[in-house]
Amino acid sequence: MKDKTLSVSAIKEGTVIDHIPANQLFDVISILKLDKINTQMTFGTNMLSKKLGRKAIIKIEGKFFEVDEINRIALVAPQAKLNIIHDYAVTEKWVVEVPEEIIGIAKCVNPKCITNNEAVVTKFTVIDKEKVALKCRYCEKVTDRQHLVVI
Amino acid sequence: MKNKSLVSITDYSKEDYLEIIRVASEFEKNPIQDILRGYVVATLFFEPSTRTRLSFESAVNKLGGRVIGFTDVVTSSVQKGESLKDSILTVANYSDLIVMRHPIEGSARFASEISKVPIVNAGDGANQHPTQCLLDLYSIYKTQGTLENLNIAMVGDLKYGRTVHSLIMALSEFSPTFNFISPDELRIPLEYKVFLDNKGLKYYEHTELEDALHYSDIIYMTRVQKERFSDPIEYEKVKNAYVLKNSMLQNTKDNMKILHPLPRVNEISTDVDTNPKAYYFHQALNGVFTRQAIISKILGVK
Repeated sequence: MKDKTLSVSAIKEGTVIDHIPANQLFDVISILKLDKINTQMTFGTNMLSKKLGRKAIIKIEGKFFEVDEINRIALVAPQAKLNIIHDYAVTEKWVVEVPEEIIGIAKCVNPKCITNNEAVVTKFTVIDKEKVALKCRYCEKVTDRQHLVVI
Repeated sequence: MKNKSLVSITDYSKEDYLEIIRVASEFEKNPIQDILRGYVVATLFFEPSTRTRLSFESAVNKLGGRVIGFTDVVTSSVQKGESLKDSILTVANYSDLIVMRHPIEGSARFASEISKVPIVNAGDGANQHPTQCLLDLYSIYKTQGTLENLNIAMVGDLKYGRTVHSLIMALSEFSPTFNFISPDELRIPLEYKVFLDNKGLKYYEHTELEDALHYSDIIYMTRVQKERFSDPIEYEKVKNAYVLKNSMLQNTKDNMKILHPLPRVNEISTDVDTNPKAYYFHQALNGVFTRQAIISKILGVK
């Protein structure tokens, strides 16, 4: 517990994303486009967690996310928690929530869907937030969590 | 409905269905009208479907409109590698409405997002074919005098049959009772059963064809296709179990009519064709009136 507090307070201003399933770290990085951010970042993975078995954590200096922006990671890390840090202290905590609509993050499971055949941005309505079931706006097929592929 | 694309049957409301039926019956009484003079309708068939295309073209021609388009990709620039987006953007400059059929699912929805003229989906792969559904509704209304509280038997491929799925969605607005008759492999998908449960509608599943015929108002037949079976032996076992024969119709209701989206292979024996309860060829004629109604409503001339 002490170690965790230390690692969280290790950034001065920014965001800590905790409780990411270890095997989803790279998807989270890609969804949040962290590779395009120039500030200091720390990634930790395969850390032991009672809840997730092995978890990953991301600490980003000088970056604060919009709600819509951060909820995009709910698809791959539904239990993720955000700590907003100001002056080394946690000032706010968020839990992510699966949004109503998913645009351009996931791939449609249907190989015959237009989004897999032409340059069309995917759009889904979330029909089941708990199990994560996405209905394609185009081919109307449902992509579930087992078949979810992040673009 | 004016200027709105028709991609999926759920794009229309119950009131829209009834309005299409009303206008279609007007066209049935008076099919030749000069209300589309000066209008150009494009029929883009990225995969061939002669029946559907001719039905649309007949509908436009009878109303004095002109038709441009292609009947398969070999004669279009798709052959040269043109994207769907480019095809649609180009043809939207030449026409007032685009009727399209395409093998890729969701292609019509995508086209409706980028086109400045409305799109009518004439089939996008295994996904949607809303004008078929509306002509089915019109046929049911015409033969029964109502859409309310009917007993509908659906027979054959209920798993993949898109006409079956669309018709379930549309009829669900009119308190029907469904009897689903199919081989085990081609049972109605769970999502439609959940949908009906949520609406509080009654449905029953059968594997024997004759189980539900005698109390049905409509028997909706579909083709059981060989390619849908992973095991060819399973197909051989069931292929003759879902053939409707004239002798089976003896104890059916007087008002009962048999529908089929066509083409038929062998699932309705030819001895049924002369039975007054056979309605499938007339159903195809209804397609012209229904498409006249759809096009006129979208173009705002009715």
